[in-house]
Amino acid sequence: MAKKKIDETTVQVNGKTVTVGSGPVGVYRTPGSIAFDTFNYLIIGLAAFTTVLPIIYIIFNSFATELELQTRSMFIIPHTWSTDAYKYIFASNKLIRAFGNSVFITFFGTLINLFFTVTMAYPLSKKFLRGRKPILNLVIISMFFSGGMIPGYVVVSSWLGLRGTYWALLLPGAISAYNMMIVKNFFQGIPQELEESASLDGCNDMMTLIRIVLPLSLPVLATFGLFYAVGHWNSYFPAMIYLKDDKMYPLQLILRNIIVTAEASASDMSLMDPNFVEPPKQSIKMAVIVVATVPIMCIYPFLQKYFVKGVMVGALKG
Amino acid sequence: MTTKAVQNPAKPMPAGKGGYWHKLGVDLGKNKWLYVMLIPGLIYFLVFKYLPMWGIVIAFEDYSPFLGPFQSPWKGFYWFQRFFSTSKWVTYLSNTLILSLMSIVFTFPAPIILALMLNEIRNMHYKKLTQTLLYMPHFISIVIVVSITYVVFGTDGIMYKLTTQLLGHSIDYLGDPGVFRWMIVGQAIWKETGWGTIIFLAALTNVDTQLYEAAMIDGANRAQRLWHITLPAIRSTIVLLLVLRMGSVLDTGYEHLILMSNALNRSVSQTLDVFVYQNGIVNGQLSYTTAVGLMKSLVSVILVVTSNKIAHALGEEGLY
Repeated sequence: MAKKKIDETTVQVNGKTVTVGSGPVGVYRTPGSIAFDTFNYLIIGLAAFTTVLPIIYIIFNSFATELELQTRSMFIIPHTWSTDAYKYIFASNKLIRAFGNSVFITFFGTLINLFFTVTMAYPLSKKFLRGRKPILNLVIISMFFSGGMIPGYVVVSSWLGLRGTYWALLLPGAISAYNMMIVKNFFQGIPQELEESASLDGCNDMMTLIRIVLPLSLPVLATFGLFYAVGHWNSYFPAMIYLKDDKMYPLQLILRNIIVTAEASASDMSLMDPNFVEPPKQSIKMAVIVVATVPIMCIYPFLQKYFVKGVMVGALKG
Repeated sequence: MTTKAVQNPAKPMPAGKGGYWHKLGVDLGKNKWLYVMLIPGLIYFLVFKYLPMWGIVIAFEDYSPFLGPFQSPWKGFYWFQRFFSTSKWVTYLSNTLILSLMSIVFTFPAPIILALMLNEIRNMHYKKLTQTLLYMPHFISIVIVVSITYVVFGTDGIMYKLTTQLLGHSIDYLGDPGVFRWMIVGQAIWKETGWGTIIFLAALTNVDTQLYEAAMIDGANRAQRLWHITLPAIRSTIVLLLVLRMGSVLDTGYEHLILMSNALNRSVSQTLDVFVYQNGIVNGQLSYTTAVGLMKSLVSVILVVTSNKIAHALGEEGLY
């Protein structure tokens, strides 16, 4: 029986040559095994390709001309390239303003998230603190039971009167209980001696947190900061129910109004420069999608490892 | 006497005198900054988590924002009765359950299968590249996912044209109630399957490779190794996630659903969540929808506790 070898370490077992792989399946290469691998590589490749295909399609088609979109029924790469759709959507400052709003919300929202998360996680990481247990229980209960959508809405919009302000977008999600618990566990893992030496040097707990603990926790903070930031950038629902003034709308909400809500799309479009010749709706939609997706797409490959790390941290604890 | 006291400053308080609150007072002085730091977080949880829980009281009132929770007239269980007196609640509940079960049946196993397949890939460059691509949609907002769907599956879209050419008749992907649930499930699979593999791949890195070597020497083939080593390694992760998922069987992702629902598919897109949003926030029936939301939350808590018990009975660690 001929067994093909692959480029892994070879060991002798019972007089037979066995290759042991780096992965879990260091193997004899039986024909079945080869067939399986080929099939597996193909399926994974196909899955990855289907995952990105819609995005590639949208990006390329957003540069197509009106004529081409109407006459050629199906294509990915356009014959003639045009930036009319982009010129059109940037002709009014509506989209630029929404972009700015999203940046504002994401920046300050993340700052608030990190402040609240860290200031709560640090004291709770001290096991000697009195009242720690009841507060932790308070946090854990809130992970399993909530007031629900409507009481939350009533509290924010009428009891606190935050409706129509950005506070309604920034404060209600200020702490993710789950993230806070993970950060707390991380703080607990920092050697106690480091903090004690700081307090001997005259630092109070606040200074110890800022000077010693936070610098040691930068990777964790970066990871959770990123999770919070992506959450803010991608959210539309709080903006939709709490904001009244459409000048304050973030990008996602504008996108929803243009594409998803058919009724709103006509009025949204007419708000743009009326002197501009209207390109096909389809390519405008695609251009808006591209504008809203590009920031995440650009930073994602560089930050992927932090995101994955964040999930791992949670997974090991959970 | 005095020297002894100095040598032993952390002497416990005499019994009886200085109970919990006294000690807390002493501790407050000693660790004042720690307590100061707790304040914002504590206020956050009380105001944004516990005040809404107390706000459930409006489910038992005819709440009016002008009268407030204290002045609004008491209604008892009126809203609960009203919900069950219309026959529509069956529709809402069945829409919710069908969508949830479909999503458990199709979207829950998908990342497990994908993780097992990724785990078999030994070319690290290929693995890294495909993982990068597969994780990406997780970071795309649901608005964009739905927008892409509208553009691709709408009457001007490439998929609409393609199916019309292939089948000879068109499919109304966005309006047909028969297609609606498959679209939702499909979007969820596209968006989250890749990202969902991470937790399983993390569990798989803990498997001792000697197990595989030993199994090979004993003559186990690839399928046997997968079945007897790899799968048991992620068993507890699967059970834990399933417990969590069971607890949210009544949650249907309203942020996603309200973007996809329209006049044509209303008969299937109206789940409990969508009903609460539509009648509560859009139409202002706050007491009624709070009552519906409360029933939903209670059922969810019962489901988590039950499925956790089942997990324990199966010899797994479960959630708590």
